Amino acid sequence: MPERRTIRTDYLARVEGEGAMTVRLADGRVEHVELRIFEPPRFFEALLRGRSFREPPDITARICGICPVAYQTSAVNALERLCGVEVPGPIRLLRRLLYCGEWIESHALHVYLLHAPDFLGYPGAVELARDAPATVERGLALKKTGNAVMALIGGREIHPVNVRVGGFYRAPTRSELRTLIDPLERAREAALETVRWVSGFDFPEREVECELVALSAPDGYAIEDGRIRSDRGLDVAPAEYDEHFEEEHVERSTALHSRLRERGTYLCGPLARFALNHERLSPLALESAREAGLEAPCRNPFRSIVVRAVELVYACDEALRLIDAYEQPDAPAVPVAPAAGTGHGVSEAPRGLLYHRYRVDADGTIVDAKIVPPTAQNQRAIEDDLRDVVGRNAHLADEQLRDLCELTIRNYDPCISCATHFLDLQVVRR
Amino acid sequence: MSTPRRVVLGVGNADRGDDGAGLAVAARLAGRVPAGVAVVACEQEPTRLLDALAGASSALVVDAVVSGAEPGTLHRFDAGDGPLPVRVFRSSTHALGVGEAVELARALDRLPARTLVLGIEGGAFEAGSGLSAAVRAAVERAADVVLAELEEEPCTSGR
Repeated sequence: MPERRTIRTDYLARVEGEGAMTVRLADGRVEHVELRIFEPPRFFEALLRGRSFREPPDITARICGICPVAYQTSAVNALERLCGVEVPGPIRLLRRLLYCGEWIESHALHVYLLHAPDFLGYPGAVELARDAPATVERGLALKKTGNAVMALIGGREIHPVNVRVGGFYRAPTRSELRTLIDPLERAREAALETVRWVSGFDFPEREVECELVALSAPDGYAIEDGRIRSDRGLDVAPAEYDEHFEEEHVERSTALHSRLRERGTYLCGPLARFALNHERLSPLALESAREAGLEAPCRNPFRSIVVRAVELVYACDEALRLIDAYEQPDAPAVPVAPAAGTGHGVSEAPRGLLYHRYRVDADGTIVDAKIVPPTAQNQRAIEDDLRDVVGRNAHLADEQLRDLCELTIRNYDPCISCATHFLDLQVVRR
Repeated sequence: MSTPRRVVLGVGNADRGDDGAGLAVAARLAGRVPAGVAVVACEQEPTRLLDALAGASSALVVDAVVSGAEPGTLHRFDAGDGPLPVRVFRSSTHALGVGEAVELARALDRLPARTLVLGIEGGAFEAGSGLSAAVRAAVERAADVVLAELEEEPCTSGR
């Protein structure tokens, strides 16, 4: 009789039947790997149908408590493009600044409270904080600065309410923005220390081979918009997304997996951004990457923590540059009249490419909405990685194997709601 | 600027069924708490708790839990009695849960002298389903419990 082992995680670790990850082993061979991702986009897509084209920034911000700005930005990009509106420079600047706040907040949370404990042998942030309180305080201070940027521009730290199609409800004054300079300068120092700290961790050898996909823009490290590019020659506009990417139903799974048509698995997020756009980082961020020994392309998912730290430096640096360049616009928004048709919008959420598509009728009612979050785009890559990791470590005891799976998944910073120890291991013998 | 000495934090996600219980309690308490008590709704990302706890003399935190009890059951945890059972609180791969946020505050010496956590047992967490009947009723009871706790607790004077 073969020995079968099943490693499973449950949504919220407490709702039966909503497994977020299952690995089945038979006789030390990987039989099945399945990652079931956070599904609220399906609910929100349904919720958006029949609503006004002005509502997506508010509605989609509720999808994720960590990256509401990403959802808002991809939404306004799609709808403004559809309506033929290009927002003026100061409004674009404010959007990028708001997004920098989200990157700082999200990356600080992931690096300090979620990912670093894995490398240092702690079960979680609480145990790390007991041994290294000053380090965790540094991470929390960084995160708080990101929150402050989001609160000042977005109106609220979680689910910013100030973003609208055409701009903002209110644009901050120059002097209001300048109150962020001191905290951001301190945050930039903390980010540089973060790079030095995480680059000293031990990184298992690992290379992912799939295509790397990220937005690229001519005038900086792409965040709030751009063309979709890859390290294998893809270079398309957001409107061409559906021609090149598809979501497919996978056997024995309820989830949709994204793939590049006729090319297969791809990876988006920090590793892809760094590979494609490292030359557009600020001199300070580039220097910190060099000091950390980070070379592009970096295909080791464990080293994504170093890339996130470098992006923290960049986001602080860029935020300071944007504040310096800001001139308050005459109006916080430009008028937008509804247009019938389909609009496509993209942006770089902290964890990778976020795509929105809206079909709108002539009076501005949404007929159809499609949202592809970064975790859905990365799902195949994560599963491939898990299959490989489990296959090579099947000899490990259940507990160790579960820890290794957790670490592997965490490298990708996915949006999966479940417990910190999110893999419940069950051994099934037949 | 005066920091509120006492805070009530309702935590949750209103779009995930019973996970909205803590937020519903915060909404029920609006305008009903004694002067000097701040009621804060915290959606989705509980490390925001840490900032809300900073400088408070006491805190009451309300969140949905899943422990296997009947939906609507109220659980009362006094952080002064020892570590919280972190696994019963909602958390995720990219955020901490309330239990961990409170324990993190303790590790960093930021925990208010008195911290109570009220857990409302949830049963259904489907996106968009709203609160279940059992949890809706529990929200009323939980709000009363919070008000009673605030009454009982000696009010710290001064600013």
